[in-house]
Amino acid sequence: MSAATSVLIIMTIGTYALKSAGPLVLGDRSLPVRIQQIVDLLPAALLAALAVVSTVGDGEQITIDARLVGLVVAGLALWRRAPFVLVIVLASAATSLTRLVA
Amino acid sequence: MTGEDQSDSDLARRRAIRRQAASIVAAVAPFGIVFGAAAATAGLSMWQAVGYSALVFGGSSQFAAVEILGDGGSIASAAIAGLLLNVRSLAFGVIMARALAGPWWQRAAMSQLMIDESTAVGAAQEDLRWRRYGYLVAGLGVFGVWNLTTVIGFAVFSDAGDLITDLGLDAAGPAAFLALLWPRLMLPAQRRTAVAGALIALALIPVAPPGVPILASMLGVAVAALWPPAEPAPTVDEVSS
Repeated sequence: MSAATSVLIIMTIGTYALKSAGPLVLGDRSLPVRIQQIVDLLPAALLAALAVVSTVGDGEQITIDARLVGLVVAGLALWRRAPFVLVIVLASAATSLTRLVA
Repeated sequence: MTGEDQSDSDLARRRAIRRQAASIVAAVAPFGIVFGAAAATAGLSMWQAVGYSALVFGGSSQFAAVEILGDGGSIASAAIAGLLLNVRSLAFGVIMARALAGPWWQRAAMSQLMIDESTAVGAAQEDLRWRRYGYLVAGLGVFGVWNLTTVIGFAVFSDAGDLITDLGLDAAGPAAFLALLWPRLMLPAQRRTAVAGALIALALIPVAPPGVPILASMLGVAVAALWPPAEPAPTVDEVSS
């Protein structure tokens, strides 16, 4: 079995357990405040890390290339409240142009 | 109120909720295409890509797993990072539980649709009946569009290795992660957590196997907690965004 299939199976089971715990088991009891705070903050840490690693990561080394230009342009577009499609198009175009010029 | 007024207002209500859901469902489409392309780039098969979209059905977690796998990360680090991104479904389930009451098999089936978009549309309605309606309309709409666009993205970009770098599409992943992060930077605690998470990951890239820097970033939550100006507890504000 390939790694991608193993991860798929583990994540299918685990994600469904997380999704269904409320409706099937917990009902509408609220989560403890401490846990709720951690749950609220986790995505910020992980998504920031994913943005960084997918931009400059290259196996076990840091590589600065045209992707960084794309990320900066994406940040500017988000700051100007651009919709998702535009953010992706601008980031890709900026990266592509940087490669042409460099 | 007569019976007719009642059904007229029901119809108007249904339409209003479908409109809310439609804009959210449409916003998912380009993201699905980017996921399909990312899965193709990471070397997944079409069936694996669709498997992630239909069975896991959790946008950012699918991206995270595929990114880590494509980078040569271990099964454990890809699965754990993906699952950590879905821990918030637990909170969504608690929010939606009362609106989804019914026989266990119905609750079990409806749970698969527990994502940001369905919870946002559901939780925006006042009474339980409409919360359930909004949850189901948005959840089913996103499910259909997400899987369809995954297939499209995969098909278009599966044989396009050079095209992906020529068009700068390898920046689409980073841009997508940043776009997902953006609405979660409203509170100071979220910003501190994001900065801490990013720095931890950056520092670990050269010394840890792929995937580990992303997992370690969750320590950013602890760093943000130890570095606290007093402030009110953050709530599940992402649900209303």
